[in-house]
Amino acid sequence: MIAIIDYGCGNLFSLSSSLAVIGEEWQITADKDRLAKADKLILPGVGAFGDAADKLHKTGLDEVLREAASAGKYILGICLGMQLLFEKSYEYGEHAGLGLLKGTIEPLARDIQADLKIPHMGWNNLHVVKQDPILRRNHEGDSVYFVHSFYAKNCEESLLATAEYDVTVPALVGKDNVYGAQFHPEKSGEVGLNLLKSFAELG
Amino acid sequence: MIAKRIIPCLDVRDGRVVKGVQFEGIRDVASPVEMAHFYNDAGADELVFYDITASSEGRKLFTDVLKQVAGEIFIPLTVGGGINTLEDFERVLRCGADKVSVNSGAVNDPSLIERAARKYGDQCVVLSMDVKRVDGKFRVFKNGNRVDTGLDALDWAKYAEEHGAGELVVNSIDTDGVKQGFDLEMLAAIQARVRIPVIASGGAGCKEDFLSLFEAGVADAGLAASIFHFKEVAIRDLKGYLADHGVHVRI
Repeated sequence: MIAIIDYGCGNLFSLSSSLAVIGEEWQITADKDRLAKADKLILPGVGAFGDAADKLHKTGLDEVLREAASAGKYILGICLGMQLLFEKSYEYGEHAGLGLLKGTIEPLARDIQADLKIPHMGWNNLHVVKQDPILRRNHEGDSVYFVHSFYAKNCEESLLATAEYDVTVPALVGKDNVYGAQFHPEKSGEVGLNLLKSFAELG
Repeated sequence: MIAKRIIPCLDVRDGRVVKGVQFEGIRDVASPVEMAHFYNDAGADELVFYDITASSEGRKLFTDVLKQVAGEIFIPLTVGGGINTLEDFERVLRCGADKVSVNSGAVNDPSLIERAARKYGDQCVVLSMDVKRVDGKFRVFKNGNRVDTGLDALDWAKYAEEHGAGELVVNSIDTDGVKQGFDLEMLAAIQARVRIPVIASGGAGCKEDFLSLFEAGVADAGLAASIFHFKEVAIRDLKGYLADHGVHVRI
């Protein structure tokens, strides 16, 4: 069973439906016992980093995630959920993340040409930089759907795939059992379902 | 880089697609769910559903259908029609919409844009505007193009952007239904005022019209209804044609 962590950030309808469509058992939950019983965890997220990090902390879910990560349980962060896996974010101030992956979250606006639109929203192509079992059904150039204004930097250690938006945007990261997708697999058609399927089969 | 998007739009009344559609191989052409599958398989980058229902029972049917579509189709879904309050946003977002398109509702209460953006994020708020030339200016109309709001389209677009709209749909009343191409002049004027993505609507008659649109660099996406519904243009052919002419699309 895959547990989708429910901490009040984001619309979980499409994500749970995608898991159902690929034939995975899923639960949307914030209950620690249920999360402990889950084989894998998905940390979704839409909204502001600081607010989401606070919510994880107040509910104690940050500790649950750290324990799960060190116990070797597979975790996939999506969009803001991926950003939360890193050490720190500079989204409106400075906020600590979960620190499961090395790197920081910084505004795209600071680094890209002024005439490019923010958020980086729409379909963009994946460039695979490191092969990994989570990518076994995916291919170089696959189109995936992004919506974000901040991006990961200094994360070479976990980088699996990137996308170009004037700068190189880390699109998929993964180290040991901790994975993150900046794009939305649940909104990326077949390509996204394939990635979720491969995640479900890890381990 | 980001691909230019092709977006079919479906008008739905009482949970059924209204524009007469001509499709072979689809059991029920009036079923939004079947049509959504068809367009998803055909390579649409996003789907827009406009709810033109007048009754609350019809609205309920719409949200049921939306839920079913969102449970089966995994590309971005935008919902518009009858969005006047935050509760309307909530209602369709809970059923799996990713973006909500607001039109007359925002003209009647401009604060809706900012309130929705704060609550759901800019990426979720799409301002849709129906624009027509009046005395040489671009003017915003509402209530199904019947009422001149007196608003200048360029100012309204800028206002929306500054208050949190993440995207603009510009529907030209002047070119809508004429099938002689998108309103490049109007789109260029609006695009020059904002940085958020602009979706062109109204006037597409053939695949060349989409090429002109993207070559002119005045929009990020092209939206159309009847030419797709009546199979005058097949999305996959259109995208192949655009790619052959150097437009970056999702194939």
